[in-house]
Amino acid sequence: MGSIISTRGLTKRFTGHVALHDIDLNIEQGEFVIILGPNGAGKTTLLKILETLVRPSCGSVKIGGLELSRSAVEIRKMIGVISHESYLYNDLTVGENLYFYGKMYGLSQGELTVRIQFLLEQLHLEHRCMDRVSTLSRGMKQRLSIARSLIHGPDIILMDEPYTGLDLRSACDLEKILLENSKKATVLMVTHDIDRAFAMCDRVILLSDGKIAVDTRKNEIASVEELRNIYTTIFDGGT
Amino acid sequence: MIRSLHIAAKDLRTELRTKQVLNSMLVFSLVVMMIFSLSLSDMLSTSSNIDRLAPGLLWIAFIFAGTLGITRTFASETENACLDGLRLCPVDSAAIYTGKVISSICLMLIVEFLTIPVFMVLFNYNIPNIPSLVIVILLGTGGFAAVGTLLSALTVNTRTREILLPVLLLPLLVPVLIPAVLATGKILAGTGITGMITELRLIAVYDIVFFTLARLLFDHTLEG
Repeated sequence: MGSIISTRGLTKRFTGHVALHDIDLNIEQGEFVIILGPNGAGKTTLLKILETLVRPSCGSVKIGGLELSRSAVEIRKMIGVISHESYLYNDLTVGENLYFYGKMYGLSQGELTVRIQFLLEQLHLEHRCMDRVSTLSRGMKQRLSIARSLIHGPDIILMDEPYTGLDLRSACDLEKILLENSKKATVLMVTHDIDRAFAMCDRVILLSDGKIAVDTRKNEIASVEELRNIYTTIFDGGT
Repeated sequence: MIRSLHIAAKDLRTELRTKQVLNSMLVFSLVVMMIFSLSLSDMLSTSSNIDRLAPGLLWIAFIFAGTLGITRTFASETENACLDGLRLCPVDSAAIYTGKVISSICLMLIVEFLTIPVFMVLFNYNIPNIPSLVIVILLGTGGFAAVGTLLSALTVNTRTREILLPVLLLPLLVPVLIPAVLATGKILAGTGITGMITELRLIAVYDIVFFTLARLLFDHTLEG
């Protein structure tokens, strides 16, 4: 399998500090990768660059064989983003939100009808299709946000703290959907929830001060406790 | 272009449902008409006086009501980080800009075409050449929306956007406002469309230049 995401010398500088420093990364098609690290390690910046929302200061990024600096619009067709932000319009209904985003991805009327119905059923939101988003609970909004990100059937799913604010049921729904999609899609998840993420992943990356401190396959780590020990050793000096 | 229309339709559907912006624009515009009709009642007894005052009066109402609306163009996109959601879609930033311009023009036209009959009633005045006035209003509103939408995106993340936007916007509107007011004056004085070709050309050039420039600059505005 070839790399679906690859970065070479990826660096991002903001005024006064370097958020990412010389990151070389290859992510294979179908991999489920979790990115861990303390606040300010550069996890979200890395994800924002892969999402095409932030331009790198230097280095190259290729997604699905396309150069990010030249083919951002084409790359966006391949990715779905789940974040702690819902990206939903409060004054539109559940169905209208999905319809709007589906149209933005260029889906036809027929495709959209089938896709919206399928996703709403999978996420137990079909009974709220005609309700405004502002009337949904936080957990429901997050489930709808997941539906929004999967509306076009992306090859790559990028997630930034997807479990923030989720109740148990929503977290289980998300896990179920991720496991189903991870069979066909590449998943990159930034999270602080080590236990949940470790159970699903194939590979673990630890970022520290904008650099990759650890990049290892899951089968090289015996258990989540060992991962927690590695994390503590690197970021808390073993204390 | 299809995606721009979807963005505009989404904005208009939201606005027609909540009427947050439309109501304030309409109320402002109608209050301006009422205040002027009361305060200038002595001067407005003759039609020739109205011919001289009305162009400025109408455009004051249009521009300030429009400024109220344009301030909110991107405000709805900041809620739940929807602007990022839009940027994640496979859509050129120029298409997002075009969609926003279309929705701003539509909202302004609703207000303008409701203000004109009120003006005619309050001032007891008949506009002699309504089709020509419609052309001037369409062109002037287009120029306003082209610049206003860009500046609205530029100031959306600033804390003082309600103050900053008019300060930046109004000086930039001078080149479109002067010919628009002059052309409106000529229409009210009974001049045909051939008598205001120069003004119409000026407004059209302004619209094309600023719309093209704004489409090119919009990507940088969003990332900033």
